Amino acid sequence: MELNLQELKQTEFPVPVELEDNIAITSLSQLYNWGRRNSLWPMLFGLACCAIEMIATASSRFDFSRFGFEVMRATPRQADLMIVSGTVTKKMVVPIVRLYNQMPEPKYVLAMGACASGGGPFKEGYNVVSGMDKYLPVDVYVPGCPPTPQALLYGMIALQRKIDGQSIANGDDVPWYGVGPAEPTPVPVLGPDIIDPRQMDMIRRQAESAAMEMAALGQRELPAATQMVAAKATTQEAVAAAPAEVDSDALNFVLPTGGTPWSEAEDIREKRRLRALARKAVRATRRAAETDEG
Amino acid sequence: MYGTGLAKGLALTLRHFVDSFVDDIRYGMRKYHHSTDNFGIRQGTKTQGVITVQYPDEKVAVPERFRFVPFLIVEDDDHPTRAGKDWCTSCGICAKVCPPQCIWIVRGNDPVTGRPVPEPEAFFIDIDICMNCGYCAEYCPFDAIKMDHDYELASYDRTTHHIHDKERLSKPNSYWRKIAPTRAYDEMMVRGTWEHIDVAKEARRGQSAARRGTSQPSPQPAAAAPPAPAAPEAEAPASPPEASSAAAGATPWSEDEAKREERRRKALERKARRAAKQGGG
Amino acid sequence: MVEALATEETIDAQTIDGAIAYLQTQFPDAVKLDDREGYQGLIVDSAQLLKVARAIRDDLGFDYLSSATAVDYLGVDDHMEMVYHAYRTSGGGALVFKAQTDREDAQIPSLVPVWRGADFQEREAWDLYGIRFPGHPNLKRILMWEGFHGHPMRKDWREAYYEEEVKPFDSRWPGGHVHRSEEKNVFGKNVAYPPEIDLNRLMDSSETSVYSSLGLGVDIEQIMDKDGFETNQLVVNMGPHHPSTHGVFRMVLTVDGETVTSLEPVMGYLHRNHEKIGERNTYLHNIPFTDRLDYISSMGNNHGYVLAVEQLMSLGRRYNPPTYRCEALRVMMVELSRIVNHLWAIGFWLNDIGAFFTPVLYFIQERERILDFFEAVAGSRMMCNYMRFGGLFADLPERIKSVSNLANDRVRDYNTMQFLTEMVNERIPRTIDELEQLLTQNEIVLERSIGVGILSAEDAINYSAAGPLLRGSGVAYDIRRADPYSIYPELDFDIAVEQEGDMYARYRVRVQELRESVRILRQILPRLEATKGESIWADGKVGAYAPRVPLGEAYGRVENGKGELGYYIVSAGGKNGSSNPWRYHVRAPSFINLTPMGIMSTGYKVADIVGILGSIDIVLGETDR
Repeated sequence: MELNLQELKQTEFPVPVELEDNIAITSLSQLYNWGRRNSLWPMLFGLACCAIEMIATASSRFDFSRFGFEVMRATPRQADLMIVSGTVTKKMVVPIVRLYNQMPEPKYVLAMGACASGGGPFKEGYNVVSGMDKYLPVDVYVPGCPPTPQALLYGMIALQRKIDGQSIANGDDVPWYGVGPAEPTPVPVLGPDIIDPRQMDMIRRQAESAAMEMAALGQRELPAATQMVAAKATTQEAVAAAPAEVDSDALNFVLPTGGTPWSEAEDIREKRRLRALARKAVRATRRAAETDEG
Repeated sequence: MYGTGLAKGLALTLRHFVDSFVDDIRYGMRKYHHSTDNFGIRQGTKTQGVITVQYPDEKVAVPERFRFVPFLIVEDDDHPTRAGKDWCTSCGICAKVCPPQCIWIVRGNDPVTGRPVPEPEAFFIDIDICMNCGYCAEYCPFDAIKMDHDYELASYDRTTHHIHDKERLSKPNSYWRKIAPTRAYDEMMVRGTWEHIDVAKEARRGQSAARRGTSQPSPQPAAAAPPAPAAPEAEAPASPPEASSAAAGATPWSEDEAKREERRRKALERKARRAAKQGGG
Repeated sequence: MVEALATEETIDAQTIDGAIAYLQTQFPDAVKLDDREGYQGLIVDSAQLLKVARAIRDDLGFDYLSSATAVDYLGVDDHMEMVYHAYRTSGGGALVFKAQTDREDAQIPSLVPVWRGADFQEREAWDLYGIRFPGHPNLKRILMWEGFHGHPMRKDWREAYYEEEVKPFDSRWPGGHVHRSEEKNVFGKNVAYPPEIDLNRLMDSSETSVYSSLGLGVDIEQIMDKDGFETNQLVVNMGPHHPSTHGVFRMVLTVDGETVTSLEPVMGYLHRNHEKIGERNTYLHNIPFTDRLDYISSMGNNHGYVLAVEQLMSLGRRYNPPTYRCEALRVMMVELSRIVNHLWAIGFWLNDIGAFFTPVLYFIQERERILDFFEAVAGSRMMCNYMRFGGLFADLPERIKSVSNLANDRVRDYNTMQFLTEMVNERIPRTIDELEQLLTQNEIVLERSIGVGILSAEDAINYSAAGPLLRGSGVAYDIRRADPYSIYPELDFDIAVEQEGDMYARYRVRVQELRESVRILRQILPRLEATKGESIWADGKVGAYAPRVPLGEAYGRVENGKGELGYYIVSAGGKNGSSNPWRYHVRAPSFINLTPMGIMSTGYKVADIVGILGSIDIVLGETDR
């Protein structure tokens, strides 16, 4: 690659005009970022339709090695960038998180296409994870279904810009400039549905409230299997009952990106759910009263 | 003889290598974005092999029918009467034909009477769900929603960037005419005017009232002038780029045509209502 | 034998009606005609299904089980049904037969002893519908993981983000209650964990089941147990993240040294609930979703689906069949995508056997140009969404022309017909020639592929293999000829067949098919010139966006690049029809072609496995749906 010194130059230290092509004075951070962003090796890792466009981007017509994306590595140990190219299913998210944990730091995630960003057209599916950011911190989202090779290249350049803005001096900026090893992302477990270990407390509370509900309904002695189905049905009803109050402030509601979407807004939602359950209980008693009268 | 197959293959690779340089010489010594004229040739069928597109210094422009995420057409700011007005009438057909259901429309209501007005109060498209299928644009009876050609949308945060609201979606009519001149022309031929179909309708209504007043019905609708108020762009392009089948007859903006279009639209709307009812029930 | 029977009983068992009559006389108490409105074929008593199926295969010669799928008639008749479509490899239409069962404790005898091709399809029916198949050798979940709660395709099973039974959803208009589904269901799940669940001891039970019932002679307990570990057998896991599995496919194999002793495909890593979503969609909504099945040849997917729906619509009164120009355009698009498909198939197969990326790069050159053409005509490079019921999205544009919009945009402008002519007459044949020059006599390719991954003709038919996999085994079965559709009968082309049944034979078949596709395209271009200016819609009437599809069932199938792509659609609409399918099933060639993967791989070296998989040519979007 042709070395462009202008990229590295910092203006506050003047360089004599005649040496401008030969000398650049820069900060360590910038040098670091410069090296990093020009040698991002993506992982050879395709999920769905977008993977085909990713291959088209890697091949001769669009050729992302011009930007230092150079070679795709099949092993996570040699990769810096994970391009999540396609629909993330619940069954597949387990290996994906595991692969991400195996990538050496610094590591970046690019969500390619609507599916990887937010579930895409398949969002309503029972086996589809609605967005890679539910599990991994995503750096760049590239919309499109699928994004054309040029759209992907734009996203990759956007990632390079993001790297330019990071600082080695600031440990809070990105985890890997801090001190000590970073915690691996907990790998989800395939249970009755996918279980995120970070959600354990929440699941526990839900299980408890389901138990309480059962007790309230006097159906404690249901066999386990039916119980689960019954509990499922009640949550569905609760979910169906909830939406009325979400309309107006829906857009103001910000789903935290990366990390834990369930941490902050969690309490509000839990309250909302309980309120819905309460409403349902009121309705049920009213209905019971009506039938009694009738 | 063992090895001839391999040799043949290697010869082919060598030929490709040489060919690429021969092509460079033939097409002006310069491969890349320095030569705008060569780009069309070298990405076309005449050249050998394939030439790398030096994105972002040169980009393959997308064809007119290309579809990425949708946008809404609003009237240009310099329009004499309808500046900044939406073409969308919030009929809701786009929301119904949308396969992943990523469109939300709030129908506008008159604050005084409470009756629906033909204008959307709010319009949302979640581009994290949108599958770029183009149905909304295809089935919109008012040509009000179109597929954008701008694919450079990557963002760092989807929560703030990926639900497009009305403000983000709205783009002027002239933008659509710029990115898809042929299709805009075809649509004009079907509609009968460069204006929004409602304007044409009103104009026609006024005209026919006037005709009735003078009791001189025009013998041939074909001879009638375009009913639209003379917008500055009303001259059609010199040669129709694509002969639309609807325009094969006499003047495309003849009343019959417009009426048919109107009927078709109404029927479509009725059908959609029925479908929605069926779906809801 | 069929002829003998026919003369004896004066029933012409060669025809479908004759076959049905024959079965009715042979098994009067076991079969009855399916007389529901719009339905066809027979309903077979579940208890005697195996016997009838044997007669269908052996006496009547329906040796090819194309599709086996379940339908849940909750609220209609309240039963479950397995629907089978059997064909003769000598050609002709389908014999449709069904077996019904109760919704609770659903059980239907397995047809695997008769047609091995039913294997994966029955596993899918168990996984998604909860129908048990007594007699199935390896009945476990196939798309979802073991331990998943419930059977999601049942009509009473609802997803986490469930909104309404059918689209369009009411919330979208006129109220416009914009939301992200996550806000309504924070978990993104709809399972409530039972009180007794022990969250501290969560275990992924799906993995053990993958190995334990490998079903092919391996007992994981024994291998895991140090004392019992005596042989030098190894269990090797390939995928789902593996560069040569063409996506997120996974194989579990046992090897003895370098030799594979057994192999089992594990899939579902891209199971994105296509059918469940498809049953909520309207008929029109499904067209862009079919693009995402076999995302390499989306035009072919569109074609199969619109054919199936048109077949249903033709039962109704107001139906206009597509015009000649429309059919010609459809065939042209499908053949172009077949070329794209085979170029990729061969390219990636070479990747798998070691020619890393150089051949692919050569093939991509033509693919990019065909994709440019698709983009100019249909609007998208890959997800074409081009075909409509009774028509097309749009006719060919006069010119393939781009318009500058962004900074540094470079425009192109070609005459469409000239572009096509040059592609068909010069560029694509030249690429095929180069491809052959590069590979056909290449000693490494020959060494790696001849005699590897052999599938005999009998096995290919019995395992319901389709496409180049079937024709590479010497069975001249191409739906374009065996059960013709569109304008294929009037086109002049040959079925590509090779006898050997190995990887090289499949490669040869693909190369021949590339040449045949070019031959078809050369016949299509003059037809397009001749019909220039004609409408693509019958009477120039553009199809409605909510077509009413009358009551009934239809199975539309096309010869796609990967093999037989079939769509089974049930419309349960009322008198006026419905705009949502009741059942929407995709008979995916990539999925069913994997059924013989086990027998094709056993006995070969572990390095050949990826090559064998590549020679089957799968796309995971279609395998897992």
